[in-house]
Amino acid sequence: MKHLISTDQLDREQAIELLDQASEISRLNEESTRKFPTLQGKTVVTLFFENSTRTRISFELAAKRLSADVINFTAESSALTKGENLKDTAQTLEALGADALVMRHPSSGAAFSLANSNWTSASVINAGDGTNQHPTQALLDALSLRQGFGLPDGSGLDGKKILIIGDIVHSRVAKSNIDLLSKLGATVELAGPGSFAPGSKYANLDMALEIDPDAVMMLRVQKERMNQPLLPSDKEYSKLWGLSESRVKKIPDSLILHPGPMNRGLEISSYAAESENSMVLKQVKNGLAIRMAVLSRVLGGRRETE
Amino acid sequence: MRLSSLQLADESKVDLVIENGIITSIEPANKGGDYDMDGLIALPGFVDLHTHLREPGFEGSETILTGSRAAASGGFTAVFAMANTQPVADNAGVVTQVYELGKKAGLVEVRPVGAITKNLEGRELAHLGGMASSKAKVNLFSDDGHCVSDAALMKTAMEYLKPLGGTIAQHAQEPSLTKGSQVNEGEISRITGLKGWPSSAEESIILRDILLSGQTGCPLHICHVTTKLGVELIRWGKKRGFPVTAEVTPHHLMLTELSAQNYDTRYKVNPPLRTTEDTFALIEGLVDGTLDVIGTDHAPHASDLKDQEWESAAFGMTGLEQAYQVAHKVLISSGRSDWKRLQEVLSSKPAQIGGLDNHGSFEIGKQANLAIVNPEKTSLIEGNRYSKSSNNPYVGMEFGSEVVHTIFEGNFTYKNNEVVR
Repeated sequence: MKHLISTDQLDREQAIELLDQASEISRLNEESTRKFPTLQGKTVVTLFFENSTRTRISFELAAKRLSADVINFTAESSALTKGENLKDTAQTLEALGADALVMRHPSSGAAFSLANSNWTSASVINAGDGTNQHPTQALLDALSLRQGFGLPDGSGLDGKKILIIGDIVHSRVAKSNIDLLSKLGATVELAGPGSFAPGSKYANLDMALEIDPDAVMMLRVQKERMNQPLLPSDKEYSKLWGLSESRVKKIPDSLILHPGPMNRGLEISSYAAESENSMVLKQVKNGLAIRMAVLSRVLGGRRETE
Repeated sequence: MRLSSLQLADESKVDLVIENGIITSIEPANKGGDYDMDGLIALPGFVDLHTHLREPGFEGSETILTGSRAAASGGFTAVFAMANTQPVADNAGVVTQVYELGKKAGLVEVRPVGAITKNLEGRELAHLGGMASSKAKVNLFSDDGHCVSDAALMKTAMEYLKPLGGTIAQHAQEPSLTKGSQVNEGEISRITGLKGWPSSAEESIILRDILLSGQTGCPLHICHVTTKLGVELIRWGKKRGFPVTAEVTPHHLMLTELSAQNYDTRYKVNPPLRTTEDTFALIEGLVDGTLDVIGTDHAPHASDLKDQEWESAAFGMTGLEQAYQVAHKVLISSGRSDWKRLQEVLSSKPAQIGGLDNHGSFEIGKQANLAIVNPEKTSLIEGNRYSKSSNNPYVGMEFGSEVVHTIFEGNFTYKNNEVVR
């Protein structure tokens, strides 16, 4: 695997292999915070055209734990204030000898284009492109679910019912998760207001929770993704779709996930975020392990013949 | 000169005698002219109502000369140059400049299209009368690239142009539904995560403008129709007797949204490539006469405008060099239609809509404007031969027929597969 661009490129077996590798790393991370020599001498560039402190530091720490040299490149990119374009940036980093580019970009397909262009020969890891894909998020969510359900390494998520709630159409997290979790054998149900989740069968979260999900995944309400107002008000959203205390109590056995950063009081209540079934901090820890696994896979060539 | 043994669209075989740029005689085929053209088919030179020649302002992508060469190589003898240049062709000065540069290039008749609104901004009418009475005698007006989305302004433009004899060519795209849109809304927008361009954004404007055209009586030409429902609306408008004509591009006849699945920016175009079902409806509409013409929407872009991630790349693909081949493929090779229809959609109808008396037919006493094609010559497309830009969506495809010669005002502009200058 030279690049990780989309969950589409992973079959079930490859996904489980990555989860297992991350799971092993995660256990080692628990034991100590010492570095692994895996990527000694390699240069990893985090290339963020969109702000995301959490994802960037997660990748940065992952690369550092693997002994890679890390360069952080942050660029503001917008159609209105066009500065240096992606091609020129990529060629510059190529000339500096980057081995992997971890890229977050506001345009869907940017990571695919970068990986398939002649702009760079580096490995490309997609850290989120537009409304398209965020494969490491889906992997870390899958790992968190597997752990939360108490399933052993080597297993998928067979027979589990996962309810994803919120802005499905504008969410790369949802898109990657729908694909990956389904491949792992889970049933994925979608719910949200019609402007967020076209075709949703439910008028509100209470109705959706009646399917008795094994886990609920709350999506962040991303106002900046909307080209036009898609909701009457935050208040109405919270009332109809927020994971309130009373709703958490309706699903006492369900795991609660949120990719962060949370809008507390909007899509998720503090009660839900801090309840004993909340996986939110587990997701952050697993993010580090997944990104270490992915980096060592694309750069270290471990057990990989592709 | 005498061109002998040419087959015509009605399958008759004739010799054409051309003197001083004029067809002086059409006679039964008789061997022994200056040029033996046995096996070739002569059609009236093609007319493109929808070309972007990029000059003035974007000469890095195309010039009137390079675009004219591309046109001649595609069998065209007249092209209508869209107004979205820089400066915009919204006044007599710019349209006259374009007209003069076309004359100077001398390979095809270059007819400037005038903008409907000043600077294509959709707010105030451009100098419509000034352009109509200029040396360029503009009679086709369009903000192409932009939709005239204000309904009241569109109605006013139609009322104003009616007595001037102008035709409105509308780029139908409701802007509020297409902010940031990249690809057809549906399967491809889901696969790629790119923002969808809903077909209703096109259809709602088509319907609105058909109604306005019916009310004002101003001829309306709908540019680049791409959807099945759009075709149905036009069919309805024509049935009602409204003065509506419509165009389809070569690429919307042949390519579908799935071409975009790997973010190959050659397939980024506005309006976007649609579904297979739409494509079939467009072909059906072209065959049955609902769609009147093939217009290329030839949209050259310098390579740095395309060698980008999808969302930053420019919209548009070239079409002049392959339009005939696509038309041949969808109408003739497929067995769906015949040479007469091909002649109509590439030549006689666009000439009629564009008000070009010297194009669109063979007649004794008229200018000799001809496209001469080999109906059985397979060719593989390796790229554009004459356009300055390389954003050709047909690279790697094979076609079963090609243009061999083009004659403009009695002179070869394209001869034995080469542009003469």
